Parts: sequence; structure tokens; C-alpha cells
Amino acid sequence: MDQLISAILIGLSQGAIYSLMALALVLVFRSTRVINFAQAGQAVVSTYIGWEVVTRTGNYWLALPIAAIAGAIVGAAVESFLMRPLSKRASKGAIAPVASVILTLGLLGVLHSGAAIIWKGDQKLLESPVSAMGITVGETVYPFSQTDFLIIGTALLVMLTFSFIFQKTNLGLALRASAFQPEIARLSGVRVDRIRAIGWAFAGAAGAIAGVLVTPGSALSPNSLDLLLVFGFVAAVIGGLESLIGAALGGILLGLTLSFVGLYVGTSLTFVVPFVILILVLLIKPSGLIGGRKSRNA
Amino acid sequence: MNGLVVSGFSVDHGAIRAIDSLSFTVTAGQLAAVIGANGSGKTTLLRSLSGLKAPTTGQATWQGISLLGKKPEELARQGVLHVSDGKSVIPELTVKENLALGGIWRRDKKDVAAATAEVIDLFPRLGERMSQSADTLSGGERQMLAIGRALVSRPKLLLLDEPSLGLAPLVIEQIFQTINDLRHKLGLTVVIVEQNAMSALRIADIGVIMNLGKLVAEGRASDLMNDPALRAAYLGY
Amino acid sequence: MHNHRAKRLIGFILLGFVLFLIGNRVDDLRLYQGASVAMYVIGIASIVLLTGFSGQISLGNGAIMALGGFSATLAQSTWGLPLPLTFVVAVLGAALFGLILGVAAARLSGPYLAGATLALAVALPSLANQFSFLGGEQGLQFNSGSAPEFFNGEVSQYKWFFWISALAALLITWLISNILQSRYGRGWRAVRSNSTAAELVGIHSARSKVLAFTLASGIAGLAGAVLALNLGGVSPSAYPLSLSFALITGAVLAGISTLSGSVIGALLLVGMSELVGSLTSRFSLEDVLAENLKELLVSVLLILAVVFTPNGPGDRIRERKELHKKKK
Repeated sequence: MDQLISAILIGLSQGAIYSLMALALVLVFRSTRVINFAQAGQAVVSTYIGWEVVTRTGNYWLALPIAAIAGAIVGAAVESFLMRPLSKRASKGAIAPVASVILTLGLLGVLHSGAAIIWKGDQKLLESPVSAMGITVGETVYPFSQTDFLIIGTALLVMLTFSFIFQKTNLGLALRASAFQPEIARLSGVRVDRIRAIGWAFAGAAGAIAGVLVTPGSALSPNSLDLLLVFGFVAAVIGGLESLIGAALGGILLGLTLSFVGLYVGTSLTFVVPFVILILVLLIKPSGLIGGRKSRNA
Repeated sequence: MNGLVVSGFSVDHGAIRAIDSLSFTVTAGQLAAVIGANGSGKTTLLRSLSGLKAPTTGQATWQGISLLGKKPEELARQGVLHVSDGKSVIPELTVKENLALGGIWRRDKKDVAAATAEVIDLFPRLGERMSQSADTLSGGERQMLAIGRALVSRPKLLLLDEPSLGLAPLVIEQIFQTINDLRHKLGLTVVIVEQNAMSALRIADIGVIMNLGKLVAEGRASDLMNDPALRAAYLGY
Repeated sequence: MHNHRAKRLIGFILLGFVLFLIGNRVDDLRLYQGASVAMYVIGIASIVLLTGFSGQISLGNGAIMALGGFSATLAQSTWGLPLPLTFVVAVLGAALFGLILGVAAARLSGPYLAGATLALAVALPSLANQFSFLGGEQGLQFNSGSAPEFFNGEVSQYKWFFWISALAALLITWLISNILQSRYGRGWRAVRSNSTAAELVGIHSARSKVLAFTLASGIAGLAGAVLALNLGGVSPSAYPLSLSFALITGAVLAGISTLSGSVIGALLLVGMSELVGSLTSRFSLEDVLAENLKELLVSVLLILAVVFTPNGPGDRIRERKELHKKKK
């Protein structure tokens, strides 16, 4: 029973981080129909900036928002200076269907190597501001700490904030309209290009927060968030790539699944499980386990 | 010149000349009907006037200022509203959200509320369905929603692309009547592009007839309707 | 048609002869680089077929190369097969995997396929770490063999690598160029540009995609076996994620839908390593800087290529010529 509770708690905590990364991917996909593989690189650079803040000021609470802002700026810059010019130029020929994917891959490479050059490839540590020790209830020590509370709390806060923005504000309306029907949005006076950049900024911030939250439990190196990207992608697909709630639930589902697999089978399958889940979802219910109506072949 | 002036307008789609040296004038406050069959270039015309497509040569001005080289969203903010064909509503949003879309760029939120109230007054069916998603609306209701959204922006020049497309005759009459009333009430300048020549010309001040991208005839709507040769060739009777 | 094919065959034979001559004149380092180029040519060719012609993106061809390499190695150690047969096993094993993967992939479009193959690229190497018969992290050894006694020891190990690699590359490229010119190649291009129209003309789009995936995987498998030959072994670290990216980069840099581009792409990739290597020693750059400089340069090049010459420099030149013609 204790093991079960532990598994659930770990699954929730890990899942919350996957949800954040999934959120970042869904935000970009909804606004520009692109899976931003460079998100791993953007998040890593933002996390390094957060690390710099912590190293210099010793203040994690300051690092989190600064990393988020850095992530937002990088995200907006990538959209405005790379993705937009690209979509104008590479719309025909053999490369068209895959041009944006390749562009984000190239960007990922630049961010990887750039980060490695600036900060060197060794692993950096980022300490959590709160205890990372398991919480004791009665006689049992659960593998769930204050840090995990922080993670889940922050993830929840981010999701609720974005949900609110998207559903209840004019900005959110503009974001949704620009994603669904950019031409109609333009004809209604919405500055779609600017709105897209804002969407990417939000995504960048979400990815940065995910990076800063996940790093205390592991270590920071240029490639350390690549795996998170894969997990986030799988979570996003589970959730249907169209809705923020889907991303959230997909992340939790993935986190719990991995946790249970780890408990009952062992950690050797950690990398294989997401792949299997991904293929299963894409084959059986491509629109995601949670919803959405658009076809995956569109 | 106060109004819409199009001169020497030519638009190409790659190697195909969609519009060839088109010229016409619409005085402010007038309703112009641009008539023609499929492929005559009518939709391309509106898309070029609203900034979605750049012409190859020629000039188009509205109230003395050029419409060319500007982004569609900027023209919309200056009062040039294009309601594109196919009932341009966003099905994933609710009726209320679709209407709100017309006003999100506007600073004067009070006026946005006022304009929205006016639209609901004009189209009570929309008022009944505010929280429904737009894809549950009928064709006629969608057209009302699209026009309503444009009205919330307080347009000065309204470009309507085939508002009658796919609608039942009764509904078409209603829509056209509404458009006519509106433009008198609000002092709008309207350009309607239509295949349904009769309904459009009946409410229009002037008519522009196009065929395969070229101008065939331009003049008072009543004159065009009464010209037997034109009627036979382009109006079908 | 026959004329073309005959010409092509002769062209390849001549090329082979030229390579043989070159191989006798250069030093071991160049020979080894030549073998690397050959390996990349094969790997990039798989991308040209899969992405350039069939329009399907795969971020996991590096992992499929690993499959080929491991298959060849296991075939050698378990069944004691001679070198050529191990290569055949590599191709067949990878192709079989490609067939299965292709069936799943045919239903997926751009970003989904990319994500799925990315997950594959991450998952597959880690599998090797789990099973001891796959050698774990250290991997397995591959007996590259050496030149038969006939050559009396005049052929160094590196020349041997070069010969085998170049021969494999020549053979497979000749095969691929024939396939690309055949109705299958035309079918892929049709499906890529407009699958509905293609279906209407009787091309079964899903089947053609699966075929492309199978063939491309087989080709990648061969590349993996060649790599195993050159390294003298296989291990997960020989087929990292960056290998998959390098293949795509090489393909894009030289025009993603031209087979001859594979050669240019391969030369660029190996040349880049060489360039960074010499820069490192010239300016005594730190190790960290050196390793990452290569990745940085290649990535920047990739971005520039996708933005400015998305379909390869050849395409740009063609565009200019057409524009010129129009103006006249």
C-alpha cells in the first residue's frame, strides 16, 4: 500500500513537469501548427540563466521568474526572426512538409552547442529552495518532498493562469482566433504576427519554468532537457495537442504510467515506455485520449 | 476623393491574370454591386482591396489614401472591413466570442458594447445563441454573425464577398434588405461581390460587371438592369 | 530508358575505377575519412529517399543504422557469416524493422512522425544498454577483416575500410538512383506533392509510403553496418541522436531531393569535422569549444540552408534561370 502511494505521488510530481513541457508544445502548436523541438534548447538556455541568478544571488525565488522571462523573450525572438521568415520562403518544393521541423532541429543544435560553449558541458547543480527530503507521515518516509509540492503547485498555478488568459481575456481570444483562422482574425483587426509571437513567448516561459523545476532533482547540462522534451511531446499527444487541459492530463497520465512501470517492472524500460505509448496513441486514437476533433493527417 | 477609387488594377495569380486593368469608382455612402460569374475575378478583387493579396499594377484608394501595401489588420483598424466568402465565422468559438473578435483591437470598450448591443438588436437570432459555438448556426445565421462581427468594428467601407452563397431565397432577401438598411442608417460605403446579380443590383446604386478579369460594364445599377443586351449576357434574362 | 540506365551503370563503374585510383594515392587519414564519407553518403541517401522523395521525416535513422550495425555484428558472432553476408543481414534486418515502423508511420504526418521517430531515436539505443547480449554500454566487437592474402599486405587496414565502404556506397547509390528514376520514385514524388491527386491516378499512397520507409531503413541499415566495419565494433554511443540530426543536415544542405546531394552533404559533414579539427589545433581551442563548434557550425548552416535554399542550392539556381527566362 505504501509503495502504491509512493508511486502515485512520484507519478504526480514527475507528471506535473511533463505537463508543463507539454503545455509549451501545445501552445506553439495551436498558434503556428509547428512542433517546436527547439523547446528543449530554449528551456535549457533559460534554465542556465536561472542558474546564473541562483549562483549569484542565492535566491531561487528570483531565478524562477527571471528564467521564465528569459524563456518568453527567446520564444518571441525565435518566432519573429526565424519561424516567420521561414514560412514565407519554404512553402514549396520537396522541403515544404518538413521545413519547419528541420528548422527547429537546427535551432536545437545551435542552442545545445551554444549553451555548451558558454556554460561548458559539465553538470551544474541547482538547489531547490525547499527541502528535498521525503515527508514523514507517522513511521513512513514517503518519496515526496516539499520540492515536489513546489513542483506541483507551480505547475498548477501556471496552468490555471494560462487557462484563465486563454478563456477569459481578450488576449486569449485573439490567441485562439489567430490559431484557428488567422485570416479571419486579420480581417477583424487582430495583429496576428504579434499575437503569434506572444503565444511563443508564453510557451517559452512554460518550458523555462519546467526546466527550472525539474533541474533540482537531476543536474543541468546542455542536453539534460532533451528527454523532457520527448516526454512532453508524448504527454501532449496523449492529450490531443489541441487543448491545454489535454496537455495537463496527458502529463499526469504519463507520469503515473511511468511511475507504475518503474515500480512493478523496473526502470530499464523508462525510455521505451513513452515510445510504446506514443505509437499506441497515434495508431489507435490519433486525436488524443482526451479529445480534439482535427485529423492528424491535416 | 471621398470614396473608393480603383484604377488600372491588375492582379496575377502566378502566371494567370485574374484581374486585368480594372477601373471603377464608388462614391462615399454608395452601395456598389460587383457582378460576374465564377472566375471573373470578383473574390480576388476584394482580397486585393483588403490587403490579403498584392496587385501587380494599378492603384486603389479609399478616402484619398492608398489601400495598397498595407496589412489586412491595419486596414481593418482603419475601417475597411472585408467579410470573406464561406460565412467567415470561426466555428470553434462561440457566437459571443466571434462578435467580440470584431472589437478586441478597439480602445473604446463602451462603444464596443454599444455596437454589440446594436448588432444583437439587428439580429435577434444571434442574441438567442450567444453562448453556443458558431458551428451550430445555420448558413443564414452565420452570415449574420459574420456581418455582425464586421459591424462591431464600426466599419466605414464594407466589402462583402458573396453574402448570398448557399442561402435560401427568403434568407437572401432578408440579408440584402438588412445590408441596404444598414448602409443608409450608418452611412456606410459598401461593395458587394455577387453571382446573384438581381438581388445585388436591386439594392445597389452602381453596378460593375466583370468577365474573366476584365471590366465589361459600369454604371448606375438601374441602367444596367434595364439594358437588354447586358441583361441577356450577364444577368440571365 | 535503356540508354539512360546503361549510361548510369557505366558512369558508376567509371566512378568506382576513379575511386580505386584515388585510394591508391592518398594516406591513411584520408582513406579513413573517405570511408566515413562513404558511410554518410549511404546514410544521407536514405534520408533523400525517405524525406526528399517520399516526404516523410524521420529523426530516427541513426537508430535504424544502429539496428543494422548490431544485426551485422550479431550475424557475424552468432552464425559466423562472412563479411558480405553480414551486410546483407544488416540491410534485411533494418528493412524489416522499417516495414513495421513504416506501417505505423504511413498514418502520421510531419510533426507527429518527427516526434515518434525522435522517441525512437532516444529509446532504441537505451535498449542496447539493457540486454547483455547486446553488449551493454561497451558494445560488441566487429571483425572488420582485412584484405585477402592476394594483396600481400600492401593494403592497409584503412584502405580495406575505404574499399569496402566505397564499394557499398557505389552499389547502393546505383541501386537507389535506378529506383528513384523508376515508377516508384515518380510515385513517391506524386504522393508527396499531392496525395489525393496521386490516389486518383491509381497510386496507393499508404503502400508507397511504407515501401519508401522499408527501403530507406534498409539503406540506413547498410550505413550502420559500414560504420560498424570502420569502427571495428558497435555500441549505443556510436549511434547517438546527433547522428540522426547529422544525416538530415547533410541531406538538406545539399538539396534534399537530389541523390547526388548525398555526396556533397557527406563531404560537407566530414569536411566540417576536419575544419574544426584544424581550427582547434591552429588556435589551440579548448576541447569543449572544439566539439561544440562543429555542432554549432553545422546547425547554423542547417538553419541558413532551410531558410535561404530550402531545396538545395541547385534549386535556387534553377529558380533564377526560370525567372530570367520569364523576364525575356
